[in-house]
Amino acid sequence: MTLQAVVEKLKAKFGDTVLDEREFRGEMTVTVKKEEIVAVCTFLKEELGFNFLTDLCSLDYLGQAPRFMVVYQLYSIGDHLRLRLKAPVEEADATIDTVSGIWSTANWLERECWDMMGIVFNNHPDPRRILMPDDWEGHPLRKDYPVQGPDREPYQGRIE
Amino acid sequence: MANVETMTINMGPQHPSTHGVLRLVLELDGEKVVKAVPHIGFLHRGIEKLSEHRTYHQILPLTDRLDYLAPMHNNLGYVLAVEKLLGLSDAIPERAQVVRVLLAELTRLKSHLVWLACHALDIGAMTVFIYCFREREHIMNIYEKVSGARMTSNYFRVGGLSADLPAGLEQEIRDFVNEMPRHIETYEGLLTGNKIWQKRIMDVGVISGEDAIDLGVTGPSLRASGVDWDLRRDQPYSGYENYDFEVIVEQGCDTWARYHARLKEMRESCKIIHQALDKLEPGPILADAPKVVLPPKQDVVNTIEALIHQFKIITEGFPAEKGEVYVGVENPKGEVGFYINSEGGPRPYRMKIRPASFVNLQALPKMVEGGLIADVVAIIGTLDIVLGEIDR
Repeated sequence: MTLQAVVEKLKAKFGDTVLDEREFRGEMTVTVKKEEIVAVCTFLKEELGFNFLTDLCSLDYLGQAPRFMVVYQLYSIGDHLRLRLKAPVEEADATIDTVSGIWSTANWLERECWDMMGIVFNNHPDPRRILMPDDWEGHPLRKDYPVQGPDREPYQGRIE
Repeated sequence: MANVETMTINMGPQHPSTHGVLRLVLELDGEKVVKAVPHIGFLHRGIEKLSEHRTYHQILPLTDRLDYLAPMHNNLGYVLAVEKLLGLSDAIPERAQVVRVLLAELTRLKSHLVWLACHALDIGAMTVFIYCFREREHIMNIYEKVSGARMTSNYFRVGGLSADLPAGLEQEIRDFVNEMPRHIETYEGLLTGNKIWQKRIMDVGVISGEDAIDLGVTGPSLRASGVDWDLRRDQPYSGYENYDFEVIVEQGCDTWARYHARLKEMRESCKIIHQALDKLEPGPILADAPKVVLPPKQDVVNTIEALIHQFKIITEGFPAEKGEVYVGVENPKGEVGFYINSEGGPRPYRMKIRPASFVNLQALPKMVEGGLIADVVAIIGTLDIVLGEIDR
């Protein structure tokens, strides 16, 4: 199966749910509505052979709407294809359904995403912080979180 | 069983066999592990956050500090991702490609040597540790001659290499690799036939191929569960498609199978290094992309153009197009990937590192639960984790 065929099948099955498809340097990125993320992922795994969740992370487009974007890097061990799936998440309702029921890998990766970016994963089996201490305030990878940490003067030596 | 009283104990973060600062909370029923909960993050340095505030050249030294047992591999994954983002992938000169493969495979040997040394030491076989570190020291010396540093190499560059190999090093690497299979036999002689070693690792930490894929396990740990997948062969980078090597797959799914898989992988690495040395021809080591690569030092002191380029690239960095790429490489521990999202400009908007050890560690509870507490140490060893990469 080719990547193009995967995208066609995805669009045929989900129609309006697919918001955008983009190719850059031979990599395919498909953006879908977050409400359908579990259905889309299940379809990709069961029907199209994307049996491996390589990575999961999120982007913060501070000042834009929707503010967040959750990014899934999928891989098909059978066909050796990579597909990137994205789902926009608004700031006011920074939640998305967990995909840890589909790939167990997502468990820790979603915990990290919550820890670093503050996106809540609905129905997550173990919604704790993972890298930062349990009582930490804030989410360090957000763009409005200072790089030097909270309550500290910025480093003056940097030339911006 | 009704009314079983369990005991909860804490293992780590200061524990010699947790390979860094891993903390495990173990719930025990006698000697049996009922539940294991890993706690990580003690080594978190915010490398992803820092990357958003540095230019592409400045991020490279940070990647050394991820998996500090295989720094060249992290460098490689990162530079490949940036080169892909810039559209430079096809412009890398042949010599640079071959040297990258050569050093990547030496790194694999180095990382596997530390794995074997610590794995055996954890289980009580101290002799092997000394032997492995003796050979590792050779590789460290090669590293030092190549990059000037033993561990934080920072040697590859976006577009090629920071410097050419020093004279005479090729012969030294060849001598070392000629000797290496004999050393691997020594390790095997010390361990494979040893009854204690066999009892400690056979049928310990069993994980099926299906579960391993579901949990995202990669690298030798996945291949020892019967899954035939190696990025060097299936999504080749740096010219790996031109090398003749075997992807080691074992069917045992246990620690014994992973032990054999890694030892065989070391032999394959020796084969690849020989081929790389044969392919090594004199030639340029940097791509012809003056806006991206730093000019040769000789030119910087002699010509004004090179000096200006050097100054501009150091102070301003180079801009990348708006776009996003993901590149995964076959690190000794598994797939290490770099996802770079660029909004234009000299810095990534977001860089996500896919750490092999982080994801592999997630399989630990599944492997230890139901087993004996003494096996926890063996299973941590066989997963071959590095906390620098897990915590980033």
